Amino acid sequence: MSSSHLRPRTAMAIRARLGFVIVLSLFFSATLSTALYEDQVGLADWHHKYIGKVKHAVFHTQKTGRKRVVVSTEENVVASLDLRTGFIFWRNVLGKNDHIDQVDIALGKYVVTLSSGGSILRAWNLPDGQMIWESTLPVSTPSKSSLYVLANMNVGKDNLILVFGGSSIHALSSMDGQIVWRKELSIDSLEIQQIFQPHDSDIINVVGFVGSSEFVVYQISYRTGEVMQQSKASFESGFCGEASLVFDNLVVALDASKSSLVSISFKNEVINFHQINLSDLVPDFSGKVTLLPLKFNGMLAIEIASSILLLRVKGANELEFVEKISHPFAVSDALPLSKVQQAFAILQHDESKIHFKVKSDNDLRNEILKETIQMDSQRGNIEKVFINNYIRTDRTHGFRFLVVMEDHSLLLIQQGEIVWSREDGLASIVDSTTSELPVEKEGVSVAEVEHNLFEWLKGHLLKLKGTLMLASPDEVAAIQAIRLKSSEKNKMTRDHNGFRKLIIVLTRAGKVLALHTGDGRVVWSVLLPALRRSETCGNPFALRVYQWQVPHHHAMHENPSVLVVGRCGHGFDAPGIFSIVDSYTGKVQNSFILEHSVSHIMPLPLTDSTEQRLHLIIDAKLQAHLYPKNSDSLKHFFNEMPNIYWYSVEVEKNKIKGYSLESKAELDTAEEYVFQAKELWSIIFPSESEKIAVTATRKMNEIVHTQAKVVADQDVMYKYISKNILFVATVSPKAAGEIGSATPEEALLYAYLIDTVSGRILHRVCHQGAQGPVHAVVSENWVVYHYFNLRAHRYEMSVIEIYDQSRADNKDVWKLVLGKHNLTAPVSLYSRPDVMVKSQSYFFTHSVKSMAVTATAKGITSKQLLVGTIGDQVLALDKRFLDPRRSVNPTQSEKEEGIIPLTDSLPIVPQSYITHSLQVEDLRSMVTIPAKLESTTLVFSYGVDLFFTRIAPSRTYDSLTEDFSYALLLITIVVLVAAIFVTWALSEKKELKEKWR
Amino acid sequence: MAHAKRSSAALFNPSPPLLLLLPLLLFSHLLPRALAADLGSGDGYTIAGRVKLDGATSKESGLPAKLTNIKVILNGGQSISFARADGYFSFHNVPAGTHLIEVAALGYFFSPVRVDISARNPGKIQAALTENRRVLYELILEPLREEQYYEKREPFSIMSLMKSPMGLMMGFMLLVMFVMPKLMENIDPEEMRRAQEDMRAQGVPSLSSLLPRSN
Repeated sequence: MSSSHLRPRTAMAIRARLGFVIVLSLFFSATLSTALYEDQVGLADWHHKYIGKVKHAVFHTQKTGRKRVVVSTEENVVASLDLRTGFIFWRNVLGKNDHIDQVDIALGKYVVTLSSGGSILRAWNLPDGQMIWESTLPVSTPSKSSLYVLANMNVGKDNLILVFGGSSIHALSSMDGQIVWRKELSIDSLEIQQIFQPHDSDIINVVGFVGSSEFVVYQISYRTGEVMQQSKASFESGFCGEASLVFDNLVVALDASKSSLVSISFKNEVINFHQINLSDLVPDFSGKVTLLPLKFNGMLAIEIASSILLLRVKGANELEFVEKISHPFAVSDALPLSKVQQAFAILQHDESKIHFKVKSDNDLRNEILKETIQMDSQRGNIEKVFINNYIRTDRTHGFRFLVVMEDHSLLLIQQGEIVWSREDGLASIVDSTTSELPVEKEGVSVAEVEHNLFEWLKGHLLKLKGTLMLASPDEVAAIQAIRLKSSEKNKMTRDHNGFRKLIIVLTRAGKVLALHTGDGRVVWSVLLPALRRSETCGNPFALRVYQWQVPHHHAMHENPSVLVVGRCGHGFDAPGIFSIVDSYTGKVQNSFILEHSVSHIMPLPLTDSTEQRLHLIIDAKLQAHLYPKNSDSLKHFFNEMPNIYWYSVEVEKNKIKGYSLESKAELDTAEEYVFQAKELWSIIFPSESEKIAVTATRKMNEIVHTQAKVVADQDVMYKYISKNILFVATVSPKAAGEIGSATPEEALLYAYLIDTVSGRILHRVCHQGAQGPVHAVVSENWVVYHYFNLRAHRYEMSVIEIYDQSRADNKDVWKLVLGKHNLTAPVSLYSRPDVMVKSQSYFFTHSVKSMAVTATAKGITSKQLLVGTIGDQVLALDKRFLDPRRSVNPTQSEKEEGIIPLTDSLPIVPQSYITHSLQVEDLRSMVTIPAKLESTTLVFSYGVDLFFTRIAPSRTYDSLTEDFSYALLLITIVVLVAAIFVTWALSEKKELKEKWR
Repeated sequence: MAHAKRSSAALFNPSPPLLLLLPLLLFSHLLPRALAADLGSGDGYTIAGRVKLDGATSKESGLPAKLTNIKVILNGGQSISFARADGYFSFHNVPAGTHLIEVAALGYFFSPVRVDISARNPGKIQAALTENRRVLYELILEPLREEQYYEKREPFSIMSLMKSPMGLMMGFMLLVMFVMPKLMENIDPEEMRRAQEDMRAQGVPSLSSLLPRSN
């Protein structure tokens, strides 16, 4: 009797297991969504804020309130930083053409910025960065403009802000930005040099040059802008346009030959010139000088061939040589300490040390402060310094130095120590690549990380409470801390899922940094010596970074390395620069200046025996240079040489050309690693009707999993998959400008699909009434592009999918199995490929800054389109929304296939912003990196900010999520086991009862 | 500040759809009259409007949303302006033509606005939302909706626990425990015995035989 329930129970158990599987799959599909819960922020993503290279800085260190420094940068950012920590209180990123000319603080509560060549003046609230007012100045010709905030004239009253440039002066109220008066000084070629206000007067002095030889002084009423007095005089040998105001009545200028100084004194309409030969002052003087634009009272700084001279002005014709400082150095503006005393700082670089000197103008021979600090050599030289003082407890002056380094980093130095530093070079990333981390060495115990079982279980219990929404706020905080602290994601070794990697970025300053994908910290950084200004290379700039060596099978003991390519100067024929950097340590392995220029870089899908990737560099003379230069690589290269094709896009000439390499035999060059390009084809777009707007190709390393697509009625379509597809969009020249400059009738957009080997145009489509800016992305057998539709006045996205018709007959599986399918059809370059194209267009709400597509390890996971919107967010858009087979009423079978009914616009679901509630300010690019886990893509997006996250376009079907509650699983198992025993006991009891009956 | 506000308000008082104004008109409001004529030389028109979040209050705090860091973008980035504390913004020196204004504000979804500045009929300016083609008589931009970037966690409920696979398993267990014996009772004892004999003959190991037995 003991097993009376058995049979039905086993049957039920089987059924239950089946049911469970179904339920489980249902459960996973229902709850594992791509969107994020708020408490998951920071688990897989990180966001770093930067500002860029600082151009100007104004300190705001009043006794009360937060101490801050307001800066403007080369990335058009105006920001307020905490002086204690360097954190950003607020920042505003202006438009890309809205370069900041100057920044200042008015009324002690507004930050005033002058931008766009002196035509826009804005005031921002100092505490929170809210814009208070904005004023547009009618500037006829953009010229070098400056801002002059008048010192506290009338306490409690409105102060004026003067903006001058060219020959005009605007006076604006600092309260509301209204123009109080405007003075156009009626001389055409006047260049106002300086404006200043003598102490306690209602008069502003304006000094400037007319043409190259005349000097003018105006006295203007502060209140009305009326010219009170005006005087001018000319100087025969002329001026070069540089001048420095030394006293209220003395200006020192450079003469036209830039070799001697002219002191100009002016008083009561009398102007006197006095020429001073520099050779009288400096014995061994020769060459040209420049005046440093520093604001000193009674002092002058001039630069002569890599050193600066400090000169003291004693009178109209008397200058005194004070000090000579040799390169590299930085000098700050003068800082008033009291009414009669001012100080300035001189910083001098000496190997890895920086010497700080603060001098007062009362006593130039001695220093108020002298400090030396050790500086990381990877920061390069000092570029700029701003100083600020504070009163120590013993009533002496202490100084803070805000230092901008060559790598664009920003440091605050106080009392001989670096208080904080910001790696702001990361705001200007030029290119990026990735590197795998080293494999975990044996001997490092994993158990250590998991401490003990009890702790582990406790953590999971806490997590369970969190998922069940039973946790108190304290516990929620604890959960968050456990998650963020998890050392797992920040380890310096490779992980099973391939989430941990190094992102190697190249910045505009020529610095290479390795960022850890776990938290974005800088693992190593190196300022490449080859990309620094030197005598052999005056103006170097960084171009690209590539993977150079990825040890895989061979050379496993070696570290991977990256190749950094730069160019020496901005011309296309400037010589190139090569630097090879170790990916694990940042050590520069090799660095040299190339003998040829770099116009096109082609990483080849070939490696030599030490796993160094072969690169072909095409120079301006259309010669191809092979790197690395060794016989082994040459051997590999010769095998593949007939298969190498490339193309070049000449936007100015409206031309696309295709090339291959000429075989060595026909060459007469002695150089072993140089090959000649052979032009194969060219496409010339008619310049009167078309202008190349954008080109796009597939990513080199993209993997396609299936070549065929099974459509609804068991039919198969073969994708036209070619690495050589080039998408080109052209617009009519009239519509090449911004939106609003063309009418729908004159705007045309052509989209082309071109085969880059044969130069054949596979497909061409015309969009009438459409214009740029065009953004496009190519993947597998499709192209998605974004443009503006002038007729609807909305943005549109179009998709083109291209299918191979020549294989369309090979559908019969039996034929395929028996090998009877038609493979013998001739494949020829000259035969027209039989392709079928499907396309569809949809409206899209936002402007787009950048587009990318997800990439996964095996290409099985469905794709998502990443769209960088105008609001600096990144939207993940499922490719299913951009499927040309969408129709208004899909059939039942199409619905089963997952085809979404057609809508006229693409949906914007807020939860699918992968940047969630963050913005990547000034978003420029998004990079997708496949993880080892097939379902997951790593996304690195950069602009002024950096943002990294990992996304799963089809959900994480191949792993459990972070949320998975092991505790719940354990408890369930325990409960199940307990239940088994209970039921057993019950059945025993019942059995007994039955026996007794 | 007060003065600017008053004059801006005046811009929006007239009811005809002329609320995006000519530079002359704008400057004449903003500036002392003596200077207004002098400044009419700008080569274009001025688009002035207002971003309004009044209707929408952030759900968490219930306070009116702040207007910090709201960017107003003309023609996809050609020029960028910022909304002031009161929501007003303006673009100067805009040529005649059809333009597009977008508002970038985190947490809100704004429709881009099509703005037509007529060249033939100076001062005639029209605006319409591109998303729903609604014509704006005043250039007051309001969000179409708020955007929630996070998935909401379901509050704890017995139902959600029951729906989880573990919950379902438990439910099934209970079902087997309490409902099955009831079902068994209904089976004819004769049939039952036969079934049991069958099973013994097959020699399927039983659960109870696997467990330690005391009796």
